[in-house]
Amino acid sequence: MDLLGEMNQKALELGVPLSVHLDITYRCNERCVHCYLDHDDHGEMTTAEIKDILSQMADAGVFFLTLSGGEVLMRRDFFEIVEYATSLSFNIRIKTNGVMIHEKEAHRLRELGVEQIQISVYSHRPEVHDAITKLPGSLKRTLAAIRFLLSQGLKVTIANVLMKPNLADGSGVMALAKELGVPYALDPTITPMMDGGRSVLALRAPASEIRNAFRDSALVGDVEKFCAPPPPPGEEIMEGYPCSAGHTGCYISPYGDVFPCVQFPLPSGNLRTQRFLDIWRDSDQLKEVRSIRAKDLPTCSTCSHVGTCTRCPGLAYMEGNMRGPSTADCEKSFLRTGIPSANMIRQLRSNASLVQIQAQ
Amino acid sequence: MNEKYISRSSAIAARLLGNEMMIMSAADSTFFTLDEVATVIWQAADGQTPLSQIAGRICEQFDVDHQQAERDAEHFIDELAKHGILMLSDKPAINFGPQQER
Repeated sequence: MDLLGEMNQKALELGVPLSVHLDITYRCNERCVHCYLDHDDHGEMTTAEIKDILSQMADAGVFFLTLSGGEVLMRRDFFEIVEYATSLSFNIRIKTNGVMIHEKEAHRLRELGVEQIQISVYSHRPEVHDAITKLPGSLKRTLAAIRFLLSQGLKVTIANVLMKPNLADGSGVMALAKELGVPYALDPTITPMMDGGRSVLALRAPASEIRNAFRDSALVGDVEKFCAPPPPPGEEIMEGYPCSAGHTGCYISPYGDVFPCVQFPLPSGNLRTQRFLDIWRDSDQLKEVRSIRAKDLPTCSTCSHVGTCTRCPGLAYMEGNMRGPSTADCEKSFLRTGIPSANMIRQLRSNASLVQIQAQ
Repeated sequence: MNEKYISRSSAIAARLLGNEMMIMSAADSTFFTLDEVATVIWQAADGQTPLSQIAGRICEQFDVDHQQAERDAEHFIDELAKHGILMLSDKPAINFGPQQER
């Protein structure tokens, strides 16, 4: 286990929230076709409220702070928030589309000791990227921002989402990232809307494209290892937790709502009426999330993929049961290894019996 | 012998986890953890407290002789100074008010 892994384990044992993802706004200057957010402002936390919760988080032991949105720079007090977070010695990472970052903003981020900036690029072609963001000229401005940030010596990563509108452009974005000298990550996950709407799921990349991505060594490293059949799960796996959501990390919305993770919309408390540490320690919802071990998952505990699957409990929750399978991850495990998940087999059996009933 | 003073770089992430201090440099993303002795040095690195006084605190808390404590502290400071995390000076830093320590 590496040093960071050891600290994660220690935080888990001590019940310390090591990482928090804080969305400071849902407002955005882009309208990405796959976005899961409602961009209207329904009463964002004030500067003073955000500073107060940052202080509470530092006292609770939070080390990794991700500031995201919406577009973080839509808030006029963005740099005041970052400056305050820096004074509290957080490791600060920022997610942005970069459209509002010029030389001055890049310089300020450098001064404030921001460790990493993640910027979304959906295509190397303006006509594709701008059609996804619905902001004409956005690719040009985003790439200019990346260059401003790099010229300041900041670390930038490019994140891309594989979806129907940009299926042909993954390698183009990867080449662009290589040319810029920045790491590149491709994610095929499209998340349902926060209000439960599932229309965006129609944008999910077809299985054949995800299968191809999983066999691209530039994306996954050692393909043979990545696509290998899962080893039989040991006791450590069955007694283990699905992910860090609610265990060593949580998510806070611009309205002060606390959730186990940005992708796990289980309301667990609100910072306008409760203290951060009280929610972290005493929320019934977080306690329930923490109580679940792999062995407690009715379907997944019987699945050969249980130890290697990227099963997201938040996506499972959005499908109706936080202990159930996350079908998008079942599909990914299948496309990676060629071995169907227990959930897929169960569904096949149930569909087969329906066919027999119809035949009678 | 001239006194030495150490101060923490302003853009460094640091947090106490149990009895260990976690530190990450934004400049090169190097992640460190400090043991209890190193944590005492880190917490005392306010740019105002002379190194000899910090070594004195280590002697009191960890039952080591002063010379050994000062040698260990200098070694630790050199390591972190290489990553731009601590700064060493032969003069006290200008005091801009208390640094927030958690």
